Amino acid sequence: MNDTANPTRTDPILRLTGICKQFGAVTALDDISMDIHEGEVVALVGDNGAGKSTLIKTLSGVHQPTSGRIEFCGRSVQLQNPSDAITLGIATVYQDLSLCENLDVVANLFLGQELSPWSLDETQMEVRAWNLLKELAARIPSVREPIASLSGGQRQTVAIARSLLTDPKVIMLDEPTAALGVAQTAEVLNLIERVRDRGHGVILISHNMDDVRAVADRIVVLRLGKNNGEFDSNATHQDLVSAITGAEDNSVTRRHARQHSTEAGE
Amino acid sequence: MTSPNDQPATTHLDRSDSRLRSAVGIKGLTQQFLDRVRSGELGLLPVAIGLLVIATVFSILNPVFLAPNNLVNLLFDAAAIGFIALGIVCVLLLGEIDLSVGSMSGLASALIGVLWVRSGLPLGIAIIGALTAGALVGLLYGILRNRFGMPSFVATLAGLLTLLGLQLYLLGPTGSINLPFSSPLVRFGQLMVMPAWLSHLFGLLPGTLMVVLGYMSHKGRKAANLSSDGLGLLMFKALVFTIAIQYATYYLNLGRGVPWMFGMFVLFVVLMHYALTRTQWGRFIYAIGGNVEAARRAGIKVERIRTSAFVMCSMLATTGGILSASRLASSSQQAGTADVNLNAIAAAVIGGTSLFGGRGTAWAALFGVLVIQAISNGLTLLNLSSSLRYMITGGVLAIAVIVDSMARQSRANHGRS
Repeated sequence: MNDTANPTRTDPILRLTGICKQFGAVTALDDISMDIHEGEVVALVGDNGAGKSTLIKTLSGVHQPTSGRIEFCGRSVQLQNPSDAITLGIATVYQDLSLCENLDVVANLFLGQELSPWSLDETQMEVRAWNLLKELAARIPSVREPIASLSGGQRQTVAIARSLLTDPKVIMLDEPTAALGVAQTAEVLNLIERVRDRGHGVILISHNMDDVRAVADRIVVLRLGKNNGEFDSNATHQDLVSAITGAEDNSVTRRHARQHSTEAGE
Repeated sequence: MTSPNDQPATTHLDRSDSRLRSAVGIKGLTQQFLDRVRSGELGLLPVAIGLLVIATVFSILNPVFLAPNNLVNLLFDAAAIGFIALGIVCVLLLGEIDLSVGSMSGLASALIGVLWVRSGLPLGIAIIGALTAGALVGLLYGILRNRFGMPSFVATLAGLLTLLGLQLYLLGPTGSINLPFSSPLVRFGQLMVMPAWLSHLFGLLPGTLMVVLGYMSHKGRKAANLSSDGLGLLMFKALVFTIAIQYATYYLNLGRGVPWMFGMFVLFVVLMHYALTRTQWGRFIYAIGGNVEAARRAGIKVERIRTSAFVMCSMLATTGGILSASRLASSSQQAGTADVNLNAIAAAVIGGTSLFGGRGTAWAALFGVLVIQAISNGLTLLNLSSSLRYMITGGVLAIAVIVDSMARQSRANHGRS
């Protein structure tokens, strides 16, 4: 089932095997398997309802899988809640960014990770916030303004910076460019490359094939909750679209169908 | 980001962006303040104006209003409701509500009467008993909200009736229990004021704290290459603040003096202010009030924080109930009924706590309760019936909420939360 592109690589940081998730009668995820390595951007693409967000939520501890195995650095792990995932080193940037508009940038960056809980070290937090934002070459005029006063791109930057604060091994981004303009999208893509260069594993969800091919090292396609093929960044638009929509009977779908039928027969 | 060679080497870490306007000196700060107010960041301004208007109107109608002893009385009365309002601030910040604080305070006063006077237990045990009851009620609200997803509005509305019933049941057919006048509890609630010299000494504390803490933060920020307001400005603020407090203290000492009960309330407000702004717990409270899903995803145990706020609120309501029993020297069936509930909630809202969660400070309880108490005191002096008092208090509450939502719209227009 596991047709990793580079078998020569080191062991994956994150390995999913046979993840299933059911909401009542609906099967949102069906036997999903994928690997994430260090310093690699893996794009997760698929149509609406393909299960991308469900998969992300499963990995970030918001949902628990019905069955299947999540291995983190070679160990099998259970993610009962979001803080489990954060402590392990799996950070998530949600599609809605999940920022608190009433708090300033520093408070948002450090939310849940505050320094000295009984007497907050605001100075130290502010210094670290500035350094982190500088490292990402982010353009935030002031970290003491509430999030409500920032633009969409700036908020996106804050959300990404926040996920990096705990120095996680894997970062998941759910449609980071969906609401952004041309220039901001380019900024975020640069940001993703910088994050990868720091040695983090990145999972990127996007509907935009150009963005995906621009930064992804591998592209995993989900369709109706199932793995529907894996491509490298040279894949053509045509290949990706047909794998996503299932509109064309191509080698990937045939191969996948064959594998499934043998498995089902076992 | 501008390149390093077109800015001086001394630029602070947080002032390096060229788009940022920085406020320099008192003129700059005034400008900043005006900008903030214009964009709907009103802070305590409406309350200050409100207090000024109330003081002017009532002192014209009846000069006794501003007499030192009347103000001392006002502060005695304010403390009990103030404690309840402080708890309300806690739950409002989360975007929840507790409608049963009045009943809870009534139950607490009944418990004091029953445990202490009727059963003859030591006063300390009775107080601990009442506080425990408060904590349990808060815990129950937390469980109802978290486990059963019951909106706090409904859960505490049910609590309002239940606790009131319990209060009536405890007091039995006699209806009220008198507390002994000579006891320290009643003396605390009716008579005890600070010696003049001690009240002036306490009056120096806030200014001193401002300077010391401000200096420490200034040093820390300078060491970390962050900008900070100048020390001169800090001294100036502390000086103005101290003079104001000292004058108020002097004025109150022309009458009976500063009540210990009010001092205790202010202490709790300061402690709550610290907890809300300088601890992780407080940060979580604001985060949950701002965006509960974001807070959950940041790994915050939302349920636990919510329960802690409900427990805090009920226990503060209990404290308020005990104090009002000591103020009235009795545990009666009327305690905590009528307008106690709404006065406490109104105080929190008038002080600037948003009903929608995530905005407000501990000071809201202090200033809000002063407004509420000043109105009720002034109207009593004018010999107005409670019918008019209710209507006027209701009108003020409506104005406060209108100011809050207009400020919210203005903030939205100016890109603030």
